[in-house]
Amino acid sequence: MSYFKNISQGIKTTWKGMSLSIRYFIQARKSRKKEAVTDANYFSDANRTFTVQYPHEQIPIPDHGRYQLHNEIDDCIVCDKCAKVCPVDCIEIEPIRSPEVLGQTSDGTPLRIHAAKFDIDMSKCCFCGLCTVVCPTECLTMTKEFDFSTTDILDHNFSFSKMTDKEITEKSKEFEDYQAAKLKAKPELPAIKKEVDVMKKPAAKPVFKPRIPKKK
Amino acid sequence: MISFVFYLTFLLIFVVVAVYAERKTAAFIQNRLGPMEVGPKGVLQTVADLLKMLQKEDIRATAVDKVPYLIAPIIVFAAIFSGYSVLPINSSMNDAGISSGVFFLLAIISLDVLGILMAGWASNNKYSLYGAMRSIAQIVSYEVPLGLSVLSVIVCAGTLDLHQMSVLQGGGILSWHIIKYPVLIIPFVIYFIAGLAESNRTPFDLPESESELIGGYHTEYSGFRWGIFMLSEYGMMLLISILGAVLFFGGWNSPVNGLAEGPIWGAIWLLSKALILIFIQMWVRWTLPRLRVDQLMNLSWKYLTPISIVMLFICSLWKLWLIS
Repeated sequence: MSYFKNISQGIKTTWKGMSLSIRYFIQARKSRKKEAVTDANYFSDANRTFTVQYPHEQIPIPDHGRYQLHNEIDDCIVCDKCAKVCPVDCIEIEPIRSPEVLGQTSDGTPLRIHAAKFDIDMSKCCFCGLCTVVCPTECLTMTKEFDFSTTDILDHNFSFSKMTDKEITEKSKEFEDYQAAKLKAKPELPAIKKEVDVMKKPAAKPVFKPRIPKKK
Repeated sequence: MISFVFYLTFLLIFVVVAVYAERKTAAFIQNRLGPMEVGPKGVLQTVADLLKMLQKEDIRATAVDKVPYLIAPIIVFAAIFSGYSVLPINSSMNDAGISSGVFFLLAIISLDVLGILMAGWASNNKYSLYGAMRSIAQIVSYEVPLGLSVLSVIVCAGTLDLHQMSVLQGGGILSWHIIKYPVLIIPFVIYFIAGLAESNRTPFDLPESESELIGGYHTEYSGFRWGIFMLSEYGMMLLISILGAVLFFGGWNSPVNGLAEGPIWGAIWLLSKALILIFIQMWVRWTLPRLRVDQLMNLSWKYLTPISIVMLFICSLWKLWLIS
């Protein structure tokens, strides 16, 4: 009897599979809307053509996407916190101190340091977002820009500093002069002992191997 | 001669279109889009693939047996294509006009087994040989239910001549065999399943089974020679579908008596019926997984063959009962 049962089961299961696949075939007339994952009906019409033809079309990305880093250099106080917290050391900063307050950031923090160099190497970045958390003026943010692939790896190093070479030398000269003038004005301080001298390692004690007297 | 030119041209165009259609069908069933880049909606993708394939180097492994290796694809294609010689195109074009047409067709297309064995064996490769052996076991065993189900139609029609058979089915959809003799529905299903196996299509694609045997009997072939095997596979698909249309669905006859008749319409009706059957073949391909070797043999010898013998008996009784 299992012979006929096998036949009927074969027909039933084949029919089930075939009707399922033809249903998908008919549904493929429509492709699903390119909705963001945050949309309410993102999962409702999942049975339609799913492909997103990427360069031609793309699913919208939320504005708070955590992709490429951006630094609003006018608001940056060059505190170096982001570079210190970065677990992969992808931020490189070269500060030049300024003799007086330069100006204010948009939230009212006084600016005292020029950013001669503010480079973020996105090919090293691990997208953890710690740098944006520690940033006191919230000038360093992650943007929704994710497609920044390049043919040259050096192009992944994004430079945010606006200063020209001339400006850099000018500003560093200015601060050196200021520092020199300050030193001149003050009386000479007694020379502090160098760290190296304080922390000097004690000289190694000579080690002797005890001589074992030979047995006679 | 006309049908030779007609079918060869149609087959060559058909292969290009069918590969595209196959990829699109697969894509739609799997929620994808398929080829989209080359040409509008990707219609030129197959043309690009074809041009690439024709430019490929003709690689011959040093250990192959040269003569059989080189003539195998030609034998396979010639065997399958000679089957087309007895297929009627329309009411006035019946090229070979052999009175035992179906018999000739089944006999000549079974020669492609020879070419497949030559290809597999001459390749001097275990995968190729294994694929060829599987293919032969499959084609030889499925020829039995295929032949028996065709025999049921022959019993009902009373003729072996395919042109004569088409003429007998003239006069609207009600005189088509599958409607006129409802018992033929089961032989048609058997014919269709066996036809899938004959043309080595999924779920009976064990001879190729790229996940196990790389490419089966055509592993060692490249470029144009591989293209001939591909052409033969699609040729077999089309042949089985046209033969199915002639045997069961009235051949070149229009579904309504007196509507759209004539030589050109005849060809259009025949080919559109065949193309619907090909769509069903593709639909099956992207639904059902591949059978195991023992399941394949089970299906042929334990199920299809006995059922087709019983159906042959029932068809004979039906015919006797109708006549008397």
